[in-house]
Amino acid sequence: MSTPSPLLEVRDLVARHALPGAPAWGGLLNRRRWLQAVDGVSFTLARGEAVGLVGESGCGKSTLVSLLARLSDPVSGRIVFDGIELSGQPAARAARSPWRHRVQMVFQDPHDSLDPRRTAFDAIAEPLRSADGQRALKGDALRRRVLEVAQRVQLGADLLQRRPHELSGGQAARVGIARALAPGPELLILDEPTAALDVSVQAGVLALLDRLRRELGLAILFVSHDLGVVRLLCERVLVMREGRIVDQGPARELLDSPRHAYTAALAAAIPKFPERAPHA
Amino acid sequence: MKPQHFRAAPGLLLLALFLLAALFGPALAPFDPLATDMLARLQPPGATHWFGTDALGRDLFSRVLVATRLDLGMAAGAVVLSLLAGSAIGAWCGFAGGRLDRWTGRLVDVLMAFPLFVVAMALVAAWGNSVANIVYATALINLPFYIRLARSEVGVRRNAGYVHAARLGGATATRLLFGVLLPHVLPMLAVQGSINLGWALLNGAGLSFIGLGVRPPTAEWGVLVSEGAPYIITGQWWLAFFPGLALFAAVGCFTLLGDALRDLLDPRGAAEAARP
Amino acid sequence: MTAPMLEVEGLTLRFRTPTGLVNVLDRVGFTLQAGETLGLVGESGSGKSVTALALAGLLDARAQTQARALRFQGRSLLDSRGEPDTAAWQGLRGRRIGFVFQSPRRALHPLRTIGDQLQQVLQVHRGLKASAARQEALAWIERVGLSEPARRFKAHAHELSGGQCQRVMIALALAGEPELLIADEPTTGLDVSTQARVLDLIAALARERRLATLLITHDLALAAQRCARIAVMHAGQLVETLPSRGLRDGAAHPYTRQLLRATPQSAATLGDLRSVHGVLPDLTRTDLPACRFAERCDRADARCHAQAAPRTRLTGPHALACWHPVQFVHPPLPIAA
Repeated sequence: MSTPSPLLEVRDLVARHALPGAPAWGGLLNRRRWLQAVDGVSFTLARGEAVGLVGESGCGKSTLVSLLARLSDPVSGRIVFDGIELSGQPAARAARSPWRHRVQMVFQDPHDSLDPRRTAFDAIAEPLRSADGQRALKGDALRRRVLEVAQRVQLGADLLQRRPHELSGGQAARVGIARALAPGPELLILDEPTAALDVSVQAGVLALLDRLRRELGLAILFVSHDLGVVRLLCERVLVMREGRIVDQGPARELLDSPRHAYTAALAAAIPKFPERAPHA
Repeated sequence: MKPQHFRAAPGLLLLALFLLAALFGPALAPFDPLATDMLARLQPPGATHWFGTDALGRDLFSRVLVATRLDLGMAAGAVVLSLLAGSAIGAWCGFAGGRLDRWTGRLVDVLMAFPLFVVAMALVAAWGNSVANIVYATALINLPFYIRLARSEVGVRRNAGYVHAARLGGATATRLLFGVLLPHVLPMLAVQGSINLGWALLNGAGLSFIGLGVRPPTAEWGVLVSEGAPYIITGQWWLAFFPGLALFAAVGCFTLLGDALRDLLDPRGAAEAARP
Repeated sequence: MTAPMLEVEGLTLRFRTPTGLVNVLDRVGFTLQAGETLGLVGESGSGKSVTALALAGLLDARAQTQARALRFQGRSLLDSRGEPDTAAWQGLRGRRIGFVFQSPRRALHPLRTIGDQLQQVLQVHRGLKASAARQEALAWIERVGLSEPARRFKAHAHELSGGQCQRVMIALALAGEPELLIADEPTTGLDVSTQARVLDLIAALARERRLATLLITHDLALAAQRCARIAVMHAGQLVETLPSRGLRDGAAHPYTRQLLRATPQSAATLGDLRSVHGVLPDLTRTDLPACRFAERCDRADARCHAQAAPRTRLTGPHALACWHPVQFVHPPLPIAA
């Protein structure tokens, strides 16, 4: 029996950042300088699988994630989602593509990724309103869908009329998740979604994500620098360093008994509870 | 909200008065602003002529009142034109980024390096004396302010998380610009516009004062001040004083309103900035 | 015997706000010895940062602070009314007590160079002349592990990464050669590796200088690893103080146990992870239960709502305030109130 084709396949992806230019000719011209942010990344993601992407700040995780969500363009390489060549089209035209609703993202800082002038309801409704053609919802259908999604993420309906600054960190995070779920995606990319949350709120959000994955059959790509969290939520882990995937494997195994030196270093950096000294 | 309401009160009151004068001026004027009466020339303010009369016996109060419509009309026209055009250009540049944005920014900086009133003078002199030309010239010299404002407000927010999130939802560039970013820029534009009304007013009056644009016998505050200026030395102070007072009050009113608007919109801004 | 570095007893804090009085802190008390690291943990909003600000005397006029005792190296910092003596604090801040804040980039002056800011601290708090201050500033930049000190001296905050900014903050805090360091969530926003490096740096410098450190964090595992003792706060009340060794087995207060269950490092699988029940109580309420955890606790009864449990010592370094602790090793001995 053959294994089903992966939901997401990334092949030799390369992307770069423009660095602040190096002035030349006494400052009249700016010579472009580039930083190789993603340097030949390849991996696959199966339907309904939870994969973690870990690495330190600056390793290229956020750039990679932006590429996968098609918010920016790679220099070279392929991104294939359910057989569709995502990298074929420039990011600027991604908004109107038929697959747009199938790949969604949850951002790191909910207070930055929610429009401060709009209510939670509007934030969740936005993707439904701006969807292409038939998928766009309005009126009652819109309202029902928003309430449905809000309930799924355990966000009380009374909170929907609030603006982001009136919501707690955990509530705002849930709005971000609801917004990503509203269009009914198959792949959910989460960029450090719990980094700004305290430990108890984080526990709630992780439990929610796991439940959503099982209920909706979502595939999850969870980006984090916190291996402790990734170890619990994800089945497989990719370790990224300086634009490359340097290690990958089953989460538990990789983090409890790492073989690669860098992975071991990352695992060692996780704070651990000191054990009780043997009783005198 | 209370303190903000109190601060807006004087401005709103004045605005109401001016709007009344602008809309119903000609009907409310006790005398025909153009009617001369050589027997009643250069009379100081009194019971019949509240602001006195000028060198041709025309009632100053009527002239000042009727001029309201012209002055406010010119100022409003200029501001509306420059606001619409400027914010459209600025928003587009701020959103597009890249070379277009950079070069537009430099162009605006160059424009703003000129003494703008002189530019307005040159334009009206070149295009000819007319109310329309005053409006266009004033609009043009105010354009850079709106371009700059819209460009920076949009540019700063272009990479905000919620803009990216909107793109993920399927928002096209148009929707992003008008639906997501513009509502953020509008409050700033409104405040700038309100304060700008004061400048535009002074601009139009200033051009008329030096003889460009509106010519006598048309009643316009700048023209009235220029007619009344030589008489200050001879003691007929009211001729320049009352039109000047009208200008002062109008500019003050718009500035107060601009400040009040900004305070009104600031609490939300302050809440925006308050991170948990 | 030398006096403890810091003694806090009965610290109560209320904020006057347009909507009412907020009872932020309720009789918080703890002791910190010289050279010791104490971790102050609790959820966001439990009053940890506010405690630090209160200790620093950095709260504004809306804050009504009262304490039974507040002593720094045996010297009282309260005036005759039991309120903090701002003049006394002024002398200590920066010089004898150093602070490291959250959001390092925001805490640094955006328009002045790093070197400038360091130099100022040295000139003001150590009385060095400009040239000597400059030399010392360069030395500090190197000491906190930043490469190319001369170049960094001229850099501005926005040119540095989060981890680098935090190192600068540490330098700023320690340049005055304080005896007590208060670090409020110094590693939030930094990745695990940088976090480890920053905390290693603080630990190394603390050891060198016999610094007492108060580390404030919401991450229980982090506090347990880095501190000898932990003080757990909930909704402005200090519920338990215990050694970090064996915290997992020894924690007796129900809140500490719930916090433990929410920490990923204590969970074997995702199913083991549980967030703390309910939410922090609204501190503007006038009907708050005596134990503010009572409404979230599965062991609470009427007594918990009505009467505040006295602070009881279970073993030498382990004390808690609870009528129904989860387990205790030795019979409880009440501490003199």
